[in-house]
Amino acid sequence: MYSQFPAHSISILVSNKPGALVRIALVFSRRGYNIDSLVVSPTMDNTVSRMNIVARGNPETLAQIIQQLEKLVDVIRAKDHTRQDVVEKELVLLKVKCKPEERTELLQICNHFRAQTIDMTETSMIIQITGSSEKIDALLSLCKKFEVVEFVRTGKIIMMRGENKT
Amino acid sequence: MAIKSLNGAQVVIECLKREGVDTVFGYPGGSVIPIFDAILDSDIKLVLSRHEQGATHAADGYARVTGKTGVVLVTSGPGATNTLTGVYTAYMDSIPLVVFTGQTVTPSLGSDAFQESDISGMSFATVKHSFLVKDTNDLPRVIKEAFFIAHSGRQGPVLIDLPKDVTMKPCNAPFVDSVSLPGYNVPCKADLAAVEAAVLSIRNSKKPLILAGHGAAISGASRQVKELAEKLGAPVSSTLLGLGVFPVSSELSLGMTGMHGTVAANRAIHECDLLISIGARFDDRITAKLSEFAKQCTVVHIDIDPAEYGKVIVPKHFLNGNAKAVLEQLLPLIGRADSAEWLKQVAAWKKKFPLTYPKQGGLRVQHIVQTLYEATNGKAIVVSDVGQHQMWTAQFFPCNYAGQLLNSGGAGTMGYGLPASIGAALGNKTGFPVCAIVGDGGFQMTMCELATAHFNKLPIKIFVMDNHFLGMVRQWQDMFYDKRYSSVLMESNPDFVKVARAYDIEAFHISRNVDAERVIKKALEYNEGPVLIHCECEQEDNVFPMIPPGASVDDILIERPKETVEKPTGGT
Repeated sequence: MYSQFPAHSISILVSNKPGALVRIALVFSRRGYNIDSLVVSPTMDNTVSRMNIVARGNPETLAQIIQQLEKLVDVIRAKDHTRQDVVEKELVLLKVKCKPEERTELLQICNHFRAQTIDMTETSMIIQITGSSEKIDALLSLCKKFEVVEFVRTGKIIMMRGENKT
Repeated sequence: MAIKSLNGAQVVIECLKREGVDTVFGYPGGSVIPIFDAILDSDIKLVLSRHEQGATHAADGYARVTGKTGVVLVTSGPGATNTLTGVYTAYMDSIPLVVFTGQTVTPSLGSDAFQESDISGMSFATVKHSFLVKDTNDLPRVIKEAFFIAHSGRQGPVLIDLPKDVTMKPCNAPFVDSVSLPGYNVPCKADLAAVEAAVLSIRNSKKPLILAGHGAAISGASRQVKELAEKLGAPVSSTLLGLGVFPVSSELSLGMTGMHGTVAANRAIHECDLLISIGARFDDRITAKLSEFAKQCTVVHIDIDPAEYGKVIVPKHFLNGNAKAVLEQLLPLIGRADSAEWLKQVAAWKKKFPLTYPKQGGLRVQHIVQTLYEATNGKAIVVSDVGQHQMWTAQFFPCNYAGQLLNSGGAGTMGYGLPASIGAALGNKTGFPVCAIVGDGGFQMTMCELATAHFNKLPIKIFVMDNHFLGMVRQWQDMFYDKRYSSVLMESNPDFVKVARAYDIEAFHISRNVDAERVIKKALEYNEGPVLIHCECEQEDNVFPMIPPGASVDDILIERPKETVEKPTGGT
């Protein structure tokens, strides 16, 4: 039901306090937003964490969500980066079943996407790829002809281009 | 004082004293025994309620009349969860509370220990902020932050969860005098460029209208609102919680706007060319059908909460700041609008559609409220519960002072009236009598607090408006559901006079309009303690005017239509 809505990239600076994640999640859930991905990571200041959230929902509600996030005592700053000039990256580990005779083709695909193989057995391979979500989706799509066992995506992280802070 | 000599519970009490707290509303239990022990050695008055919801509403009433932060102290588990309705009520009306809840010892957290509840987690959706204190040394900082957050910016309730071992261990941290909250800003004055832009719109107006909300009352902006109205030549309407900011008896006042507001106030919002909203948040009870609300006018929205911008309507000008401070910015920059025609028009509506009620039949709530107004000369603090009597109180007790009428506006919490009147009576410094006006439904939800009122000898005049119905729901079923009454008849109501006397509370009974004045005067003269006036009222009276939910001002009803009205499309 959420795929009809565009994905929004939001970055939040938040004080490292218990419950902060729940409070932030409640702002989204109360307004019917679905969180696609969520990355929480430390910053240069050990009292502060960074959250990158990709969420889908009614675009008109998004400004409200940002305002309500800003209102939370633990949130230092919340920003919508949806159509801004930002670098977006995601890292994916992909496990594919792969017989020796299929290896060459799979390695060619990896090569094209600048993906790395980080584990290889007689029958399987783990591929690591970083990049934009679109690039990763393209690789995943090409790998469909092989038997994909599982994949793990980190979720998107975002950084403003140029000198400005994210 | 050497803080090392104090345990956590004693630090809590010392911090309360440092915050200027002299009254705490509470109920004890296993996990807060250390704090109830420590409070014995202080001058702080602990008002023992009969239910934790009552304690929270009482703290809310206390906060509303004193302007201070209300403080609640309850135990863990059910004690804590029982406060949630009160916390939510305070949250919806921006009332500053600090609620201390007991908690199981820290090693047992998350183990479903006896009377353990994740109360800070449960509270997230309905507090301004909450804390779970896991280290005694954090207590001075957390309590300082809690009081600061509750009482600054857009005020609201803050919850502090205190595991029992935290309150029993010695504290090694010093008391603190300031807070450091990097993500928390307190708006004061509005952005100057935004103010100047708004002034240009104000100068072009020929039909200005002021909407005074609760924010105007909380910031103490009565004088500024009056000055703005007079300088500009603008009529003033109020939200339910904004009543009294601008004297309702003034010629420029249109009274309350919204679902049960006056025709004049609602018409004016629909036809003004400029709407200056001061600390109001465009609740659905105010706007009626949103797509038709304030479409023809320029909106200047003054609010302390930046998240109110565009939440319901997108104003042309948003002035983010404290209502009083922003009005001080605006006032020197504006002059009189060319509004003579407009004022004539508004006065004509006022004259044509006064608030009125049928004079025939049995005892009317409206009559009692009006008689109370006359008997007190309008000098009373009136606390109402929720329902028809609440609307009649708002309509027929024309408030002339901010903070004169207390009621649960945003939440509409039945059971609010009696306990809130207890807090109001304890905090009341005006010398005016405190009158609780409650319905037979809401009264029975928190009736146990009669004991609290009696024990503390609080001279509250409790008017129980008994129509044997949940009147507001009955009115909707009458008007929109073919009079199919479903669970609204209050069968087997007790004899409320006997109930009062069982608590040794003085009580009177009236059932005729002619008796109202005499009995109200008698009740006002009785000041040994609470007095209950059981008013057996007309059973099937309806509140008018009424804009059915989801309808627009054009559909305003000033009397009951003969036929069933189409079912409302709005929410509640």
